Amino acid sequence: MTQLLLFNVTNGLIIGAFYALMALGLSLILNLSNVINFAHGGFLVLGGYLAYTITPYVGFWGALLVAPVLTAAIGFLVERVLIRRLYGRDPLYSLLLTFGLAFILEDGTRFIWGAQGKPVTVPAILAQPLSYDLFFITGYRVFMVIMVVIAVALLFLMLRFTRLGIRIRAGTLDLETVSTMGINVGRLRSLNFAAGIYLAGLSGVLAAGQLGLEPTMGTGLLMPSFIAIIVGGVGSLPGTLIGGLLIGVASGLTAVFLPAASEAVIYVLMAVILLLRPRGLLGEEGMLT
Amino acid sequence: MIAGARLRQLSLIAAIWAALLLAPFWMPPLGGYTALGTRVLVLALAAMSVNFLLGFTGVLSFGHAAYFGLGAYGAGFALKYLAPSTPLSLLSGTLLGGVIGALLGSLIVRRRGVYFAMVTIAFGQVFYYIAFQWSSLTGGDDGLRGFTRQPLDLGPFSIDILSSSDAFYYFVLLCFSIAVAVMGFILRSPFGRTMIAIRENERRARFLGIPIERHIWIAFTLSCFFMGLAGALYALVNNFADPRGLHYSQSGDFVMMAVMGGMRNFWGPLLGAAVFVVIQDYLSSITVNWQSFLGLLFVLIVLFFPRGLLGFVRRKSEA
Repeated sequence: MTQLLLFNVTNGLIIGAFYALMALGLSLILNLSNVINFAHGGFLVLGGYLAYTITPYVGFWGALLVAPVLTAAIGFLVERVLIRRLYGRDPLYSLLLTFGLAFILEDGTRFIWGAQGKPVTVPAILAQPLSYDLFFITGYRVFMVIMVVIAVALLFLMLRFTRLGIRIRAGTLDLETVSTMGINVGRLRSLNFAAGIYLAGLSGVLAAGQLGLEPTMGTGLLMPSFIAIIVGGVGSLPGTLIGGLLIGVASGLTAVFLPAASEAVIYVLMAVILLLRPRGLLGEEGMLT
Repeated sequence: MIAGARLRQLSLIAAIWAALLLAPFWMPPLGGYTALGTRVLVLALAAMSVNFLLGFTGVLSFGHAAYFGLGAYGAGFALKYLAPSTPLSLLSGTLLGGVIGALLGSLIVRRRGVYFAMVTIAFGQVFYYIAFQWSSLTGGDDGLRGFTRQPLDLGPFSIDILSSSDAFYYFVLLCFSIAVAVMGFILRSPFGRTMIAIRENERRARFLGIPIERHIWIAFTLSCFFMGLAGALYALVNNFADPRGLHYSQSGDFVMMAVMGGMRNFWGPLLGAAVFVVIQDYLSSITVNWQSFLGLLFVLIVLFFPRGLLGFVRRKSEA
């Protein structure tokens, strides 16, 4: 029993870390540009498939570095060409646009790489379990968590200390003032969008090693990251991080006692949070409401 | 000038009703079929219900497919487990969608803008997972099967809406007309005017002492009842309730229909639904990559026709 509990909690933490990584990207874009990026799952899948394609040339480690950057570059272009036309308009329109984009990305992935799922092999050192007793903690899972920790740490350091990061945080609070101080808000939004998509791409590469690749996998992963944001509180990146971990653990714990409800429990958690604290755990009152 | 506008509006309405009433006669010669018309009506009712909130109260629900799907399952459950009666199934679907909408609505209405949209999406997905997981009750991925719509029993005679697609079309048209009349009536009432006031300037409405949350909650609930009815009708159209009818991508389709037709116009979503259904039907018959083209359509509409077809026509005629 203890082992089962341990297994599921660890599992939940790992999944939660992954949701958090994805949700942080969504949250970045939402906070600065007020855009709910429905295509985030599509970018995630794109990142995974790009890694799959370039792995034969640059190896697993190369793909891990390069594929998210490529995804971010595509995201940058999409923002420049399409999404920036919708700033200042009703959020409805950016929602519908990214919704259509999600269709295109999913179908495009299917068109290019085929509807059949692709298995992904990870390097041998990552594939084996760490110990016999804790058979479920494979090297790859540990690696995934380490990667998430590194990415999140870098993201928060970037936001805290670099000029770009400070501008992003300032823009989240008051974009107009940032603009009057002579900062190119258009470029700031593009870079911020690309950063969000980078995280989506990285999530995709990491997910591919664990789950394999399928054109439709993005849709299923999108909803938990939405809930991570709502639970954590819209407008707060630390909140999103906590939200992701929380729903991961909650669904891991539920899997011990009532496996069929492990998916539903995160919605229950969201309902409880909204009832008790409508702005979310770390959400600021008045943010984006 | 005002008299002219009024005349134009009346003739538009007359044209719409004439087209709807005569659909079984003009659709087949144009290459359509009556069942397609029935589907357009049902989806139009759903899109108009979404627009009741989106266009007239100004709050963006992106999870309305949940109440549509609940309506469909409600109707299916009634036919399968309770009694073989079409009116009962419609009632049960409408109630299921509406009551659950009212409950969830009370949690949702305190949020606004993108946050509101996100919460509605996430709550909408709950029912998709329930329908998917609880397969002993709902049929899971295959959907709820094993029921058919029943002939209408009107005492001395009964109308066979099962095998005659024309009779069924007129039955759906009747339900559609009643629902739309009620919707129009609400929008013309003081309550409806208040909804529009909230859309136009929420802060000012609040200063005037209007309880905003309660109004939005009532509008949300009403819209869910209409949605439940549309879903129940949809279950009767297909004799089948599909879990994909609960999915948020279905919600996106409804919002798109409303936007494509013109969401500031009462009849916009009807036009949007008709165009959407025809395009989807056509695309999926000519290419396996219809999803990409549909996505492209979304992008193009958003970028170039944000006011929808009716908004576009109106601006052209004014210019």
